[in-house]
Amino acid sequence: MYEEVGTTTEGDLVINVGPQHPATHGVLHLVITLNGETIKKVEPHLGYIHRSIEKMCESLSYRQFIYVTSRMDYLSSHINNHACALCVEKGLQVEIPPRAQVIRILMDELTRIASHELWWGAMAMDLGAFTPFFHAFRERESINDIMEETCGARLTMNYMVPGGVMQDIHPNFQKRVKDFLVQYKKKIHEYDELVTGNIIFQNRMKGIGYLSPEDAISYGCTGPAARGSGVSSDIRKLYPYEIYDKLEFDEVLETAGDSFARYMVRIREMQQSIRIIEQLIDNIPEGDFQAKTKAVLKLPKGEFYTRVETARGELGVYIVSEGGTTPYRIKFRSPGFSNLSVLDHIARGSKIGDLVAMMGTLDLVIPDIDR
Amino acid sequence: MWSFRHIANEIHAWLSANFNPTLTLIIEMVLAGVAVIGLFAALGLVLVLMERRVAAWIQIRLGPNRVGPKGLLQSLADTLKLIVKEGLTPDGADKLMFNVAPFIAMIVAMLLMAPIAFAKDFQLWDLNIGVLFVSAVSSLMVISILMAGWSSNNKYSLLGAMRSGAQIVSYELSAGLSILTIVVFTGSLQVSDIIHAQADGWWIFKGHLPVWIAFVIFIIAVTAETNRAPFDLAEAESELTAGFHTEYSGMKFALFFLAEYINVFIVCAIGATLFLGGWMPFHIGNWEGFNRVMDYIPSSIWFFGKTFFLIFVIMWFRWTFPRLRIDQLLNLEWKYLLPISMINLLVATAMAILGWHF
Repeated sequence: MYEEVGTTTEGDLVINVGPQHPATHGVLHLVITLNGETIKKVEPHLGYIHRSIEKMCESLSYRQFIYVTSRMDYLSSHINNHACALCVEKGLQVEIPPRAQVIRILMDELTRIASHELWWGAMAMDLGAFTPFFHAFRERESINDIMEETCGARLTMNYMVPGGVMQDIHPNFQKRVKDFLVQYKKKIHEYDELVTGNIIFQNRMKGIGYLSPEDAISYGCTGPAARGSGVSSDIRKLYPYEIYDKLEFDEVLETAGDSFARYMVRIREMQQSIRIIEQLIDNIPEGDFQAKTKAVLKLPKGEFYTRVETARGELGVYIVSEGGTTPYRIKFRSPGFSNLSVLDHIARGSKIGDLVAMMGTLDLVIPDIDR
Repeated sequence: MWSFRHIANEIHAWLSANFNPTLTLIIEMVLAGVAVIGLFAALGLVLVLMERRVAAWIQIRLGPNRVGPKGLLQSLADTLKLIVKEGLTPDGADKLMFNVAPFIAMIVAMLLMAPIAFAKDFQLWDLNIGVLFVSAVSSLMVISILMAGWSSNNKYSLLGAMRSGAQIVSYELSAGLSILTIVVFTGSLQVSDIIHAQADGWWIFKGHLPVWIAFVIFIIAVTAETNRAPFDLAEAESELTAGFHTEYSGMKFALFFLAEYINVFIVCAIGATLFLGGWMPFHIGNWEGFNRVMDYIPSSIWFFGKTFFLIFVIMWFRWTFPRLRIDQLLNLEWKYLLPISMINLLVATAMAILGWHF
């Protein structure tokens, strides 16, 4: 992957960015080779937060292992849980009640908005603007409050279980979500005024970190990183799960392929999530919130794979079962890992400041990369 | 009217009566030095607190509000913490340069206090090249930053220092040229002359377009010169952790921190003096009554009011804009600000010769 020979020459400056560095948002370690301010090579070193989640899951039952996955991409823990629950359900071949399906999608989309909010603030902070972070947290707080009321947790919800959701939604849920929608629509223009329309911001983003559609595909980029280059990769559209095929929403595509395109994809995706929530919030069907499942789950012998669209891209869950109560092998295909691998390719030849901005637009969550 | 000049005269008379002239001069110099250090410390505390409260206000949060009444003692607590903290010197550092650099930053900031007129007749040193003195001394700041960055033996520090060197040297030109605009109109480099020339109206009101352009360029250039966001590339937290002062801790870091805030105060004071009339009250033509009322407001309030307004504007920049990239920063200066300020200076000179200003 790296051209080890001949890239680092005498006189080049080699800098270790991380594992403790304000720009990496976690324990990512980048070894960058500089010529003055210009980047010659970026080499990510991983493993600082490796907890061997996949191995841990092999000794946990099919109900238990879902909770561990909340700690992978902790900003979209609902969606991680959702992917695992879907995979187990595929093996069990249970029918999910419509109410549970709708609740799951509502939670997923709220999570997606919350995750993009945090990304927006952190990305502006990477560029040196501190204020957007607090503006983003204002809206994110309301989502966290909604989550806290229904799920009992604000970050690692563990709300999805095989067969549905753990408990019914809180009586206040619908009202608070509607309040949030009103508040969000009132404030959304501030985002454009403060950041998107800023001339400095646009100069920092446009034409920077170009990723061609071919490279996006060959590096395995998914999510907003790929859609910024015009590669259609929204799992909700391509391989719909739950009732996504019955909902009206657009797959957001930008064709420029630069940092600004990836930025705009996420900004517009938040609007689409709002659209989905608006369609569902008044139409939550009555009924059970959980299908009847056995106390001890046993998957039949075989291999099961499901994929969902998290806030960062495609999350795949691959379970190999020998017919016992615990999985024989579990493999997660995390979006962050493939998106990080493209960093060296797009960063070469640009300045240090741009590297930070590109890392921002790839929206890296380190525990998701290391697992 | 009562002014600071009276106190100074009283002290001078008392000292002259009791000591011989040489001793009197020495005591007066010591008193002035103590006054500057006192003002220095007080300004540092006030500005740090102000920055945090302004930031909090812009960011819809409360800011420091626990230490003392309404958080007013927060800066004192922070200072205490920094004083008792260990001042580390890295192993591979150039010890002498590493330890001297913060003091150079401090000395530069203190020297710049000398020609500033804080109120009517209250100025430490009204030398006849006051404005030139300010531009000359303020460029020494870059030496302390380069020393700090080079001697730390840290790559981040080095990068930060190099950026800062390029930045300060470039933006000095624009700042100098916009100061020259006012010097051309006034015909003097002396601070007191410049202020007295604005008795019938501040330059920002009677200088027409050239002075407005010069004012805007001045504010941009001094924001860059003091390494404040959106031009804070020398520190660039998200890129270079803390830039040139990455390795500094304790009081040595505090000196850099303090020098930054004092520099902000000084450039704003210079801006207020040149463009907004310094301590000169706001006067409108022949409105005798109005002008008398304005005169009753003490001159120090006028000066500090204008200065703190400019400081607020610079803080507002910091908490609103993202940071520029190094090549964009230099492009802005060399391709836009410098040519504009040169043409602006030519226009201003023509106007001054033809007498087109009020």
